[in-house]
Amino acid sequence: MSVRELKAGAITRAVEQLCLRANLTLPDDVHNAMQRAQDAEPWPLAKQTLGLLRQNEQDALAKNLPICQDTGMACVFIELGQDVHITGGALRDAVNEGVRRGYVGGYLRKSITGDPLRRRNTEDNTPAFLTVDLVPGDRCRITVAPKGAGSENMSRLGMLKPADGVQGVKDFVLETVRLAGSNPCPPIVLGVGVGGSFDKCAALAKHALLRGLDIPNPDPYYASLEWELCDAINALGIGPQGFGGATTCLGVAIEQAPTHVACLPVAVNINCHVTRRASAEL
Amino acid sequence: MQYQLNTPLTREALAPLRAGDTVLLSGTVYTARDAAHARMMELLDKGEALPFDIAGAAVYYVGPTPERPGQVIGAAGPTTAGRMDKFTPRLLDLGLACMIGKGKRDQAVKASVVKNGAVYLAALGGAGALMAASIESCEIIAWPDLGCEAVRRLRVRDMPLTVLLDAHGGDLYQSGPEAYLQSLV
Ligand code: SF4
Repeated sequence: MSVRELKAGAITRAVEQLCLRANLTLPDDVHNAMQRAQDAEPWPLAKQTLGLLRQNEQDALAKNLPICQDTGMACVFIELGQDVHITGGALRDAVNEGVRRGYVGGYLRKSITGDPLRRRNTEDNTPAFLTVDLVPGDRCRITVAPKGAGSENMSRLGMLKPADGVQGVKDFVLETVRLAGSNPCPPIVLGVGVGGSFDKCAALAKHALLRGLDIPNPDPYYASLEWELCDAINALGIGPQGFGGATTCLGVAIEQAPTHVACLPVAVNINCHVTRRASAEL
Repeated sequence: MQYQLNTPLTREALAPLRAGDTVLLSGTVYTARDAAHARMMELLDKGEALPFDIAGAAVYYVGPTPERPGQVIGAAGPTTAGRMDKFTPRLLDLGLACMIGKGKRDQAVKASVVKNGAVYLAALGGAGALMAASIESCEIIAWPDLGCEAVRRLRVRDMPLTVLLDAHGGDLYQSGPEAYLQSLV
């Protein structure tokens, strides 16, 4: 197997474009889920609210504006083929340069503070929150998923006891959604991590948000848990924006992983109706 | 009910509003979020004047995206209001009449809204482009160093809002879901 060369500059250009695409247009699956929710919503104020949120998506397109002003942390996921050789610069630098160009040149908001306590804005939305996964092959697949703080702040992680079992996981997820209430701009999308270690579990939850809302977990056990949780959340009545109604959650995606015999970590990463992601393959 | 409101806002004009009503707001709205609130508190502590007249004012918790050339403002949806809770009763006591944001407020804010005859209105969270459409002009009036968090004076026309907290103790985040669930039984 020969090695394929990939220029760092190509990665920069791709990241720049993906930052813009992700912030200005919703993925098809999210767009369709919003439309279905509006069609099915029986509660008048909720239906009207969903209509306005969909109107917003049209306005953003027509006026070349971001869908939401919180254009987020630039979460960048790269599946890097192990037969790719990156030339002309470091991968991390190339990604950060793409974020810089995308956010500065694209009139997106810069929401990153360089230090969590001393809080000085980096002014260009860098650094990217970069996750690299080494995979077989010679392709490089890049996904940019800007993540807003309103929903991120309502996310939670719990180290449950193994004896808490699946019921413990369900209770924890529902409790998280109840505590979040109106803050994460419902209707929400949930990424749930189950298992792994403390840190891995949170990463699973975030990664789960990359999956299309129309794609269930490949394991039927977890797929049915996803549907069950989504129905249970919608039965809470929180509704769009928390004003009440049938549409609280557009979808739940679970990712599971092996864990220690004494552990049952569960992480819930909440995302909003502006669930953004855009991908490209180089 | 839908109401048309114009700034500056009086107690009398706000009194009929109930949680769940919709409002089309026109006039002047000031933007302030986390950092601007912290600086306003410093000014008040020193006995100095705020950058705008707070009596009867409407404050929007927003940090817009930068505008492209030729645009009035970028995307301008609300940020989570709860982060401003600890500053809010003091501003309400000084005459702040209307807050625009999203998300739950604490008990002290709710009590202060009732005491002062104020309101807390929802802008649509995540609807940055839609909210921008009702903003006719935008001018930074204080602390440009704060970037998107600088204080701006907005002129708005028919900004679409929903009453979350009214002057009578109503709270849409409670009553809305309750009423929906009640409709199912
Ligand atoms: S939670 Fe989502 S929709 Fe709401 S303000 Fe943040 S990024 Fe925008």
